[in-house]
Amino acid sequence: MPAFLFKRFINAAGVMLAVAFLAFLTFRFVGDPVELMLNEQASQAQRDELRVRLGLDKGFVLQFATFVGNAVRGDFGISYRNQQEVFTLIAERFPATFELVLVATFLSLAVGIPLGVYTAIKRDSLLAKALQFISVLGVSLPSFALGILFILVFSVNLQWLPAFGRGEVVQLGWWSTGFLTASGRKALILPGITLSLFQITLVMRLVRAEMLETMRTDFIRFARARGLPSRAVHFRHALRNCLMPVITVTGLQIGNLIAFALVTETVFQWPGMGMLFVQAVTFVDIPVMAAYLIVVSFIFVSLNTLVDLTYAWVDPRLRDDALSGGANAR
Amino acid sequence: MKKAWLLAAVAAFALNGAVEAKTLKWGSAREIASLDPYSYGDTFTLSVLNHVYEGLVRYTGDLKIEPALAESWETVSPTVWRFKLRQGVKFHNGNPFTADDVITSLERVTHADSPLKGNLPAYKSSKKIDDLTVEIEVNGPYPLLLNDLTNIFIFDKEWLVANNSLLPTDSGKGVKGYATDNANGTGPFKVESRRADSKTVYAKNPNWWDKPQHNIDVIEFLPIASASTRVAAMLSGEIDFTNVAPLQDLPRLTASTEVKVLQTNELRSVFFAFNLTDKLVESDVKDKNPLRDVRVREALYRAIDIDAVQKRAMRGLSRNTGALVAPAIPGYEPSQDERLPFDLNGAKKLLADAGYPNGFSFTMNCQSDSLVNEEEFCQAVAAMWSRAGLKPNLSLAPRSQQTPKRVKGDFDVISFGWANEPMIDAYSLLVQVLRSKSGTGGVFNWGNWGDPRIDALVDKAGVELDTPKRIEMMKEALKIAKAEHLFIPLHQQPMAWAMRNTIASTVQASDNKPRLWLTMMK
Repeated sequence: MPAFLFKRFINAAGVMLAVAFLAFLTFRFVGDPVELMLNEQASQAQRDELRVRLGLDKGFVLQFATFVGNAVRGDFGISYRNQQEVFTLIAERFPATFELVLVATFLSLAVGIPLGVYTAIKRDSLLAKALQFISVLGVSLPSFALGILFILVFSVNLQWLPAFGRGEVVQLGWWSTGFLTASGRKALILPGITLSLFQITLVMRLVRAEMLETMRTDFIRFARARGLPSRAVHFRHALRNCLMPVITVTGLQIGNLIAFALVTETVFQWPGMGMLFVQAVTFVDIPVMAAYLIVVSFIFVSLNTLVDLTYAWVDPRLRDDALSGGANAR
Repeated sequence: MKKAWLLAAVAAFALNGAVEAKTLKWGSAREIASLDPYSYGDTFTLSVLNHVYEGLVRYTGDLKIEPALAESWETVSPTVWRFKLRQGVKFHNGNPFTADDVITSLERVTHADSPLKGNLPAYKSSKKIDDLTVEIEVNGPYPLLLNDLTNIFIFDKEWLVANNSLLPTDSGKGVKGYATDNANGTGPFKVESRRADSKTVYAKNPNWWDKPQHNIDVIEFLPIASASTRVAAMLSGEIDFTNVAPLQDLPRLTASTEVKVLQTNELRSVFFAFNLTDKLVESDVKDKNPLRDVRVREALYRAIDIDAVQKRAMRGLSRNTGALVAPAIPGYEPSQDERLPFDLNGAKKLLADAGYPNGFSFTMNCQSDSLVNEEEFCQAVAAMWSRAGLKPNLSLAPRSQQTPKRVKGDFDVISFGWANEPMIDAYSLLVQVLRSKSGTGGVFNWGNWGDPRIDALVDKAGVELDTPKRIEMMKEALKIAKAEHLFIPLHQQPMAWAMRNTIASTVQASDNKPRLWLTMMK
């Protein structure tokens, strides 16, 4: 097990280094922050001087080495745009994104699982077919279109819910939360639904497929034969056997949600990490862009590694595979 | 049921309106960079912070310079200006305003590391005569000191010292400061709370030295980057005012009985500029640069049907221009505002005379996120040039990608906009864009379009203290540029604000800066 652990961590570190390299490489070529940082009146000498101060005149390798060295210590430098520490900026924005993702995840499970069970049990009913059809729409409708539609209906026409922002937030140490105020909870509804819609359909389809599979197995047939009520058969026996993959997928999707929150945050002016990134792009704020990419990749890699480790812990065969060299051992 | 909901919503709305009558919710398109006005040379940031901080002088609602923290001034010698400061002014923390504050602020803003030092280029030193008198010395005779000082905001020395913020913040060296997140000015509003990217609250300063021409108690500054969300927030009553109403949504906003649109033209003039070096960057003409022939430039000019551009690309909202600067800018001359007429056959003939009867190809560099409807007008003009027999290759990309190419001169034709801010004087365009590249001048002379006659006039105007004389020199320089068709002027771009009926009146100047201290609410 220690060898396996070690190997997994080396893998993760390798991925992170590759991401850092790519982030750095791409963002070096997006444009020139100097032109965006100075106004019409600045002279050439000032422009050159700023370039030197930002370290943009140094060689690529040197810049990258400095960047990685600092990043390992959690130091992503200072934002070109607003002169604040990038790490603080991201830490400030993280709670907003996290709460949004939490709501979206909760919605996707709370709505997706019952719908999945229903469409599996009553697969021939009209409603189940309609739900299946709507779920295709849900997957293919881009979230910005959906968000704008929601704003139009619920903010402009009905004036029930706010069109933008997080409402009032309460500060708990460094964590800011919108859960504790009425306006904060209200502000979570539209972006939460927008972000979760794709997830809901994903969970629903997954549960449906797993349920159909399980319902065909022998132990369900025996359960029925024993005369158990179908409610118990469906929920206590069948559903429980489907939940493991659902939980796994949900866990892995959290990384995706954080990354995709970018679009939803832009539409709803949600002050999260995605907004920060979008703003950084318009200003060619290289430190913020690079740090965002690295933080999001770090979340992805951590979640994946965690899932891998859990699997290995549950199923010893995977560990052996990993040790003896992978693919051809099985 | 439906009706009940509607009633409830209306009632809630009315109630809200009554309780928070004097809170103005300002939905902007962008967040400001920082609360430190010296941290980032950005006109919008400065215009927002102008509600909190003030300069020695300021612009009125119709862009004339008037006294602010300085009561009066005189020139002691061509290079020394003496300012008499206003008595009884207090900072938000209660400290009195004195000559030391001015000197410390000027030193901070002109420090070698200050990103804003370009806004006060002529500064040499300053000296205290008494508590309310300051002398500022400039590098040489410099006519535009007052213009520059409108945007140099004054800090409280004691506050800067107490918070270890005497030096400017600097992203390059990794210096961040107290002033980035805190503010202490003399202005009509003070910062009450700030949450970047979501809400900054400004409260009325009851001890403001000036007689308030506003009745606002609180300003909530709410950046909403997405245009459609901002429009939705305006229509639903979540914001009272926006200084960026998207042009394509103006009909929708005007259609609402509760929203009023204020529309005018900006100071920013938009024109096309050329690569005038020896060779084109990307063309089927390899050995020379056809654009260096004045007949070719005139042909390009005549081939543009500006009325069609205005009607289709700019939605009828831009102001067609023949001059390079807007009417509000000193240096503007009505006679220069005449455009060459649209004349397709004439353009073809000029091209043939110049030796290109079948036209030639060239690259056109435009940005997708910079000027108003830039994509649309570039596409329209490219089509018009094609009709004249030319082969423009339109390159459209975000500003962050196009700017490096433009700076390097890696283009044949570019769209270009210049507002002459914060100076509000044609000298800004002349010295930064028209002058040949040398020393401090011609930073934006990306296509090498300099002319020695213009250079001489610009240099003379830069040290001429007699304003009428100076303006004549600038007009002369602009006239040469026009005669040579160094640029093809298009229009002053439109700007639109929108406000709900909660606001009674405001002042909209063509510098596109909201002045909420001149705004009355109902």
